[in-house]
Amino acid sequence: MEPLTRVEGVVAPLDRSNVDTDAIIPKQFLKSIHRTGFGPNLFDEWRYRDEGQPGQDCSDRPLNHDFVLNQPRYQDARILLTRTNFGCGSSREHAPWALADFGFRVLIAPSFADIFYNNCSKNGILPLTLPEETVQSLFEATWEQPGYTLTVDLPAQTVTTPDGTRYGFEIDPHRKHMLVEGLDEIGVTLEHADEIRAYEQRQRAVTPWLFSDVEAS
Amino acid sequence: MGGKTLYDKLWDAHVVRDNGDGTALLYVDRQLVHEVTSPQAFEGLRLADRPLWRVDANLAVVDHNVPTTGRANGIADPISALQVDTLSRNCREYGITQFGLMDRRQGIVHIIGPEQGATQPGMTVVCGDSHTSTHGALGALAFGIGTSEVEHALATQTVVQARSRRMLIRVDGQPGPGVTAKDIMLAIIGKIGTAGGTGYAVEYGGEAIRSLPMSGRMTICNMSIEAGARCGMVAVDDTTIEYVRGRPYAPSDAMWDQAEAYWRTLVSDEDAEFDRVVTLDAAEIKPQVSWGTSPEMVVSVDGVVPDPADEPDETRRAGMQRALEYMGLTPGTPMRDIRPEKIFIGSCTNARIEDLRAAARILRGKRLARGIREAMVVPGSGLVKWQAEQEGLDQVFKEAGFEWRDAGCSMCLGMNPDRLSPGERCASTSNRNFEGRQGGGGRTHLVSPEMAAAVAVAGHFVDVRELEQ
Repeated sequence: MEPLTRVEGVVAPLDRSNVDTDAIIPKQFLKSIHRTGFGPNLFDEWRYRDEGQPGQDCSDRPLNHDFVLNQPRYQDARILLTRTNFGCGSSREHAPWALADFGFRVLIAPSFADIFYNNCSKNGILPLTLPEETVQSLFEATWEQPGYTLTVDLPAQTVTTPDGTRYGFEIDPHRKHMLVEGLDEIGVTLEHADEIRAYEQRQRAVTPWLFSDVEAS
Repeated sequence: MGGKTLYDKLWDAHVVRDNGDGTALLYVDRQLVHEVTSPQAFEGLRLADRPLWRVDANLAVVDHNVPTTGRANGIADPISALQVDTLSRNCREYGITQFGLMDRRQGIVHIIGPEQGATQPGMTVVCGDSHTSTHGALGALAFGIGTSEVEHALATQTVVQARSRRMLIRVDGQPGPGVTAKDIMLAIIGKIGTAGGTGYAVEYGGEAIRSLPMSGRMTICNMSIEAGARCGMVAVDDTTIEYVRGRPYAPSDAMWDQAEAYWRTLVSDEDAEFDRVVTLDAAEIKPQVSWGTSPEMVVSVDGVVPDPADEPDETRRAGMQRALEYMGLTPGTPMRDIRPEKIFIGSCTNARIEDLRAAARILRGKRLARGIREAMVVPGSGLVKWQAEQEGLDQVFKEAGFEWRDAGCSMCLGMNPDRLSPGERCASTSNRNFEGRQGGGGRTHLVSPEMAAAVAVAGHFVDVRELEQ
């Protein structure tokens, strides 16, 4: 995973609360057996005027010009600014894959849904929570100033605006470490393989029925 | 020091190691695998040349993508077919038991786990699907995970987790006739909101929950995620034990006695403390219908479509307006005046045999109302379908004008050909009324199986209790 330390980028404002993962990447694209290529279908139903199909070339599809990500000023956005409970619903990791494939590295909202939040940080995306009032002021600045950028410093846990205003944010140490170092979590866990085996050995005595081999009846 | 909650007991029993940074390595007793969220996980194992940690902890089934008619002819959509074949190939390569398309035990992953006894009290259960919370009804710690975590569980038999806060949702008293587990859960979500449970492990308790059979408890726990909670659970009691007894994967003989003794400890201690307690009075809950595009947008069937003008919060007001526009509804419209064109009875929320019996009871001897263009029943598993046919329920549905389908996720999310067309309005027993969930532009109203059957007969939303008089 690509380490994530400092991201400076254009901010795209998605002014909706409770954005669900069905909206982030609709179901028909979940048929893919790959991790990549979801970017053109990010927010597919909002972004295009027709119904998208997997494997389709999206370059000549009719765009919904009212949708924020279709506005030229947000084309190179790397930071998505949005509202409460972003990423609710399905556990599909295709949602962060699509966001990452589009180019987003940081998401800013007052709150995120749990599973989505976890999935993001395993894909080099930082979901960052700020208080509602701060998010509101960032929305206003983004709307008013074309090309509005923010600088996110993960090691320092700060978000800095162009005028130098700095906001701190909280993140749990585990997630921060994994993101900053770009670590492979499975590799890290397997360093403790002996402890997993020891746990299994102990549990075999306590709950032996959980360790009898599963046979198809 | 107070007593332990059920969640704490389950958590403590599964900690392999404390990572010292607010997270722990949690052992996984059972991983359920389906075709949509697993291909990239197996691919990841192969790329890193990592073996599967423990074959027998996994059980796989195809459900999301499968057709519900004409199965013997295979899957027409080549992309769906490739995904289904990929699961079979992966299961063969790694030796994982899979219930394939033509296996009579095939069905929705959250129906077949409990049905087979493959998910049990006291287990940690994970699956790359947010409705994994269903299995918490057995007194298990069950939660949905993403594909990276699926791969992590396949490779290490663990997941990295931070401990959740604990919430007790207590539903006191008894619900009136015609008020189901689905109505109780929709009322809970309406009360605490779709983010109300975020960061919490929820335990459901109180007389109304204790009185529910396992099917109803599963409906409740299933929709925990619609309230924002990754997991929901119900303490073990006689109902739980009797449900598990004799199932194919359940322990037997002396092992059963040992398991039962342990399972009976899986209740929150009397003096256990919760971080948040929410209470509802079951007697006040009426049959529920969702009106909007989030499960929290729900009212009683005798209510009206709410008016955004009454909502003080600006962002929420905008959300309501957008939902009304999408749903094609006007504030103040009585829910009774809304006329769906399609009926869907199915999904991991409401496709167990008890759900089908309840719907059939309303439909017996009646016909679809004019204006209902399509109505389908999709049983939760091949075994549920078989059982229903033994009881003659299939005849009741067919005589009423319903289609009687094969098991799968079907129109709950429309990955297979079962979906709504733009603008179509559906009374659905599923769990999500998001924009486009059941098909691009489709309009979903979440209801109980009884209420779906009542709409089918009346042609508009109606209090099921009137039909039963």
